[in-house]
Amino acid sequence: MTASTSDAPLVHAVNVSKSFHGNEVLKGIDMDVATGEVVVLLGPSGSGKTTFLRCINQLETIDGGRIWVDGDLMGYDDRGGTLHRLTDKRIAAQRRDIGMCFQRFNLFPHKTVLENVVEAPVQVKGMKRKAAEARAMELLQQVGLGDKPSAYPAQLSGGQQQRVAIARALAMDPKLMLFDEPTSALDPELVGEVLKVMRDLATRGMTMIVVTHEMGFAREVADRVVFMDAGVVVEEGPPSEVIGNPKHHRTRAFLSRMRQEEQAHAEAVVASVTGNTEALADAPGDGGDDGARDTAG
Amino acid sequence: MSTVSGDRPGPIKARPVRHPWRWVAIAVIAVLVAMMVSSFVTNEKWDFPFAFEIMQQTPVIQGLWAGTVLGTVGSMVLGVGLGIVLAVMRLSDNPVLRGVAFVYTWFFRAIPRYVLLALIGVGVGFLYSQISFGLPFGEQLAGAIGIDTTTFTFFTLDWNAFSSTIWAGILGLGLSEAAYMAEIARAGILSVDRGQTEAAQALGMPPGRTMRRIVLPQAMRVIVPPTGNETIAMVKDTSLLIAIPIINELFFQAYNFGQRGFKILPGMVAATLWYLVVCSILMVGQYYLERYFGRGFGAVPKKAKQELTKIGADH
Repeated sequence: MTASTSDAPLVHAVNVSKSFHGNEVLKGIDMDVATGEVVVLLGPSGSGKTTFLRCINQLETIDGGRIWVDGDLMGYDDRGGTLHRLTDKRIAAQRRDIGMCFQRFNLFPHKTVLENVVEAPVQVKGMKRKAAEARAMELLQQVGLGDKPSAYPAQLSGGQQQRVAIARALAMDPKLMLFDEPTSALDPELVGEVLKVMRDLATRGMTMIVVTHEMGFAREVADRVVFMDAGVVVEEGPPSEVIGNPKHHRTRAFLSRMRQEEQAHAEAVVASVTGNTEALADAPGDGGDDGARDTAG
Repeated sequence: MSTVSGDRPGPIKARPVRHPWRWVAIAVIAVLVAMMVSSFVTNEKWDFPFAFEIMQQTPVIQGLWAGTVLGTVGSMVLGVGLGIVLAVMRLSDNPVLRGVAFVYTWFFRAIPRYVLLALIGVGVGFLYSQISFGLPFGEQLAGAIGIDTTTFTFFTLDWNAFSSTIWAGILGLGLSEAAYMAEIARAGILSVDRGQTEAAQALGMPPGRTMRRIVLPQAMRVIVPPTGNETIAMVKDTSLLIAIPIINELFFQAYNFGQRGFKILPGMVAATLWYLVVCSILMVGQYYLERYFGRGFGAVPKKAKQELTKIGADH
């Protein structure tokens, strides 16, 4: 694998394994993601999907296997079969073309929205500040926050913060975007605005790997759904198959659990909108209905 | 009693809770203050007019600027700079750097500042009258190959001349301060969420830049309040410069003036008043620094601030 050709996958992961303190979290993951493809990783918590995502851009080192992104072996230099660990600087350079959005947004709280978006293009790419700011304003408009450049992150809602985080990642013109449960920390009524931006990004042809529990998003936007459990890929395919007609019993069990939670979730949202506290009290599960309770009161 | 308009309660006009003990406290304090003021006026040994006179003497003003103020600024610049470097070393992956930082902090926190300054002023000069900067073992090397022994010496410092200047004092106080600042800076760096580093890494920022642009500015919010405390403590510690000995310093000059007039107390009062002025100005500066580094976080809660000040004050 040296140069990337148009039919070579953008992400090529082979037999990736990873342990934390003797606990094997990834047990030989193989995954190819083509340019322009949107892949959704599904699976129960602890299945290794977030860890795998973090391995792609070397936020975690892997113990076995190889990951190539756009033809580059991540984290290592292969000199005639012997691997040499890359310096932190060279790993940083490898990460430039890979954008990432985190569950907790991780915006820089001491910088304004505009400064957040401009930071990496100026500091890492050496872009002129004026040009970077113009580009940042375009991106903020794209995520619907053109009116907030001088706000500090703490003054924004969770949904707005996550959209700034997306704009910040896009400012580096990445070839690949990684999303690590981007809507899990959001109040239910704010999830939609973030998913809309991501859907928009997918239609623009961005290659995306998304860890999420949003089944609606997976069904509509994903080209392929990968179901992981206990560190292995259990089943994968188009969403209509994996979500609509799962083959494996573990996938089926997970999906039925998700469906219950989703229903509870939906009822909580409905209750919050109509102010019907009875429906709220009936809704089982506690996944994210805190926000709904706030607005219901 | 609230007025009622119709059958719905109107605006609240309640009587406030009474605080009789506050009035008692005010009375007690008023009496104490009156006693103190009366003693200022009636006890002539205070001699405030002479104290004010001493405050304005040229040697005292010179001691204030060239000793106390320059000493404080210089040693804090050295202390904060070296302290941050030590903190980064302490948190690095390199075990050698970690060890060096730990030993440094251990050593300089254990030595009283007065003793350290005496060592710099007298002890080092006794051991090494000259300090040369050049190749390690340069003299022996040059001697072995038979050329002038100073060939590999680039710069020579006459320690005995150096040790009587304020720079020796700044060196001593700064080295000692760095040990405390290292701990403060380490706490500050550790207070920054790990997600901040990850976000910067994911954007392709190399580690050094991540530290400078993302982590340290946020750590400053935690570092500044105890550093203000350290600075105020340093103003007072410049009075230890006499251990070197450096006499061009506020307390020695003011005390000296009083002694010469056989009026020791006004000299002490003059120094005290100047220390009060300098520390008051520093407190104003600290307020603005905290506001600058707290941007984007809202106000630092009062409680947290007090906790931090306590941490900084524990030596």
